[in-house]
Amino acid sequence: MGQVIVITSGKGGVGKTTTTANVGTGLAMLGKKVVLIDTDIGLRNLDVVMGLENRIVYNLVDVVENNCRIKQALIKDKRYPNLYLLPSAQTKDKTSVSPEQMKKLANELREEFDYILLDCPAGIEQGFKNAIAGADRALVVTTPEVSAVRDADRIIGLLEANEIRQTHLIVNRLRTDMVREGNMMSSDDVVEILAIDLIGVVPDDEQIVISTNNGEPLVGSESKAGRAYMNVCKRVLGEDVPYLDLEETQGFFKKFASIFKK
Amino acid sequence: MSFITNFFRSSENSKEIAKNRLKVAITSDRAVCSPEVMEQMKNDIIRVISNYVDIDTDGLDIKVTKTELDDSSGVVNALLANIPIKEGSRNFRK
Repeated sequence: MGQVIVITSGKGGVGKTTTTANVGTGLAMLGKKVVLIDTDIGLRNLDVVMGLENRIVYNLVDVVENNCRIKQALIKDKRYPNLYLLPSAQTKDKTSVSPEQMKKLANELREEFDYILLDCPAGIEQGFKNAIAGADRALVVTTPEVSAVRDADRIIGLLEANEIRQTHLIVNRLRTDMVREGNMMSSDDVVEILAIDLIGVVPDDEQIVISTNNGEPLVGSESKAGRAYMNVCKRVLGEDVPYLDLEETQGFFKKFASIFKK
Repeated sequence: MSFITNFFRSSENSKEIAKNRLKVAITSDRAVCSPEVMEQMKNDIIRVISNYVDIDTDGLDIKVTKTELDDSSGVVNALLANIPIKEGSRNFRK
């Protein structure tokens, strides 16, 4: 029986789609059978991030409206034998799908796949409700900014209210130089405020922009973000992986800076 | 001179400013009631308790907070009321 994971954030632009693409690809690299579902109806973008935009025939709305079978709508990623994408519809609107339909779809896919990853739209309306309806667990993505953290707190509350028991935090786009200067919250600061368990810290890395341009997730590469995402995947599988030392000199500078703080 | 210290203070501590602002914003986000409902509830509580004891309405403080359960099995929202009794009042009038 597969596990259904929703990737959500509340605020837009913090890296939900990038995280879905990288965690999904990473899990496939680790030998799991994975399907990624873009639940942002009307604004599809997981397909371009994955580099699969030219192969779409059917979409999520076609599946729930029974215009096609699930298998017909799944795009197989030729780079990895176990990875599939169910793209969103571009021309329909959010009300085309109901939470009940999403639940049913997730349960059908559970039979076939180890992991079903749902890329959730921004906001807390219909699209969010659809995405979380069938989920067993959630990955909440945030950046170390006040707006993103506040929205993440709201989302965590809503996930709790909807009885999603397992919720983990990914702090994305961390800039260690700014953390060192005391001008950006660290992952510890964000965890302290949100009070949920951390599952990943992804540094701000220009390689992400390049990989998105190319339509090739960078998980598993030697870049810092690539390694950080692979560690997230291993932690999703239950492995206890130590956090990367994103800034080797941090210890010294932290001490140095703390002298001037008071 | 003060502009120099201000400059350093703000650049050193913008993360602390962010944290403190977030804590305040999130606490009120998490509260189960709107300020209007809180005010209404506060007035009702004052009215009921005043039937029994003289209370110091200025010192009254009511808020919704998260608190850990006694058996530390989880955290729940709790209504925390701090209601000072006026000095020299005869308690339990009725």
